[in-house]
Amino acid sequence: MNVHEYQAKELMREFGIATLRGKVAKSVEDATAAAKELGGDVWVVKAQIHAGGRGKAGGVKLAKSMEEVKAHAEDILGKTLVTHQTGPEGKKVLTLFVEEGCEIEHEYYVGLVLDRATGKVTFIASSEGGVEIEKVAEETPEKIIKVKIDPSAGFTPMVARKLAYGIGLKDKDQIKKASQFFAGLYELYMKKDCTIAEVNPMVLTKQGDVIALDGKLNFDDNALFRHPEIEELRDPTEESEKEMDASKHGLSYIELDGNIGCLVNGAGLAMGTMDIIKLYGGDPANFLDVGGSATKETVQKAFTIILSDPNVKAILVNIFGGIMKCDIIAEGVVGAAKELGINVPLVVRLEGTNVNLGKKILSESDLSIIAADDLADAAKKVVQAAGAGQGE
Amino acid sequence: MAILVGRDTKLITVGYTGKQGTFHSLQSRDYGTNFVGGVTPGKGGMVHEGFPVFNTVSEAMAKTEANAAMIFVPPPFAADSILECIDAEMPLVIAITEGIPITDMIKVKGALRGSKTRLIGPNCPGIITPGECKIGIMPGHIHMPGKVGVISRSGTLTYEAVFQLTQREIGQSTCVGIGGDPVNGTNFIDMLELFEEDPDTEAVIMIGEIGGSAETDAARWIKKNMNKPVVSFIAGASAPAGKRMGHAGAIISGGDDTAEAKFKVLEECGVTIARSPAELGQKIEEVLK
Repeated sequence: MNVHEYQAKELMREFGIATLRGKVAKSVEDATAAAKELGGDVWVVKAQIHAGGRGKAGGVKLAKSMEEVKAHAEDILGKTLVTHQTGPEGKKVLTLFVEEGCEIEHEYYVGLVLDRATGKVTFIASSEGGVEIEKVAEETPEKIIKVKIDPSAGFTPMVARKLAYGIGLKDKDQIKKASQFFAGLYELYMKKDCTIAEVNPMVLTKQGDVIALDGKLNFDDNALFRHPEIEELRDPTEESEKEMDASKHGLSYIELDGNIGCLVNGAGLAMGTMDIIKLYGGDPANFLDVGGSATKETVQKAFTIILSDPNVKAILVNIFGGIMKCDIIAEGVVGAAKELGINVPLVVRLEGTNVNLGKKILSESDLSIIAADDLADAAKKVVQAAGAGQGE
Repeated sequence: MAILVGRDTKLITVGYTGKQGTFHSLQSRDYGTNFVGGVTPGKGGMVHEGFPVFNTVSEAMAKTEANAAMIFVPPPFAADSILECIDAEMPLVIAITEGIPITDMIKVKGALRGSKTRLIGPNCPGIITPGECKIGIMPGHIHMPGKVGVISRSGTLTYEAVFQLTQREIGQSTCVGIGGDPVNGTNFIDMLELFEEDPDTEAVIMIGEIGGSAETDAARWIKKNMNKPVVSFIAGASAPAGKRMGHAGAIISGGDDTAEAKFKVLEECGVTIARSPAELGQKIEEVLK
């Protein structure tokens, strides 16, 4: 789960990380009022969307007068930002964050992620901040340092020293402030179950302070059960309604651009099914994993979600029963057809636990189902069916 | 004798008395696994479905001489049960539970270092040596004893591969699901090493996914150390970047963890790649010729 920059900064402050003062604004009036309250003569008006690359897309603007605050707020609010992380459809800005300005001495990059190969949380830091870190990694890899944290030792002064010297800090007081910053970020990552904690840039101000000028936090969905305070930060306008609805029913659904609806059990097989559809020249409309504990009702729900996508021209049901029993899927298919009326071609491939029972249920119903013998056959048939559907 | 599990395996289930734990323990027993009992704290002393229940893993080990444990504990408590198995020096632990928080698994991974326990999973279908021992949730009847080892990050995709093999009358030595989570107990290389040493295995299927570098690390290891042929498929070529595809580990984050990048490295390292998951059986048939 993602949160906005202003929410991430509130959490960072709880862990002793310094940030600038700022205020959230939902309207142009709010924005100017916020700037007045903050005082000073420089402000930054920032779009709050769950994606990086806002600056380049025109979502972060410096204002040197109240008129400029107003003009920027008018410009950014309601605008659809397209960045390298939003996809081509972009994201509409509904919330602004107005922050006081600061005098920058140097910009750094600091991030915490999991190193999967070792199972250790790893700091990534660089003297080159405020730019895309992927580019720094590609063009000047020597400017990136990585420090792995041993889970039993946790964050120790050694880690802080390695990071601070590694990004080129020399002044004793600055090193102390940066160390506190790093320690806070690690504590936040572990205590709140983050999967990403990234500050780009971490800034050294002309006054010698070390602050988070931006903040990005991503949380482990599997750990949200023990963090109701994080769950409360969820912004439903940032998430797909269908994807949220699906997850409430224990379905894992992701909407895509194609026209072949997919209903599969297991994440790996669901991806594999999408891949083989592409190999045969088709285009999947979604990823959908019904999981191992689906009931007749959840299967019906899955059909409702797939059919609510107007692009869907054919549906492929691919089930390899393990925990999931084929007869349950078959009953769900029959139930969905009766209640919803499936008016696109339906290709079904069943294998595994209770396969014969499942096939019997389907053949005894009067549904017009295209039965497939195996995975390749199923993919070929559904691509053909979707193509035929397009022509109509 | 295949790898890790066989006729000598004595299994207990942690979280045995729950609905899923009971069902899959009995399914494993029916397949022929030597199932000897279970652990559910607070229910020690009970007999459940004909098998003894213990309060702790160490007590269960002392009384039953179990050498393998299957974990069916719900996600908030599963990591603690794995830690209990490590503490009890259980040689083999198979964690089926899906949805364990990553920070919990980071602690487990730390505790595994230097311990006497090998952990498989979590979020995996388990392990099976066909005809001898099944520990997990896979449908036993699709398997057949033979010479091909299977390692996979995905459950149902493993069944798909196994099914294709069995249809061609190519049996399997052992099939291992290492799980779809970003932090797991056993990686591809650990399993490849065992298959390379196993006289009963002649070829290996390795099924990977987008995300992480486990497959590319494995590819480089294969090039250096492996003489047996390996066939590989990577799921997720059609997945968009930044979207998590069901498994907590299946998300493209950088540039080199796409399916395309992984296929490329695998091919460079001499692995036979299957671009389609429907080709796995056929490719194995080709490399065995």
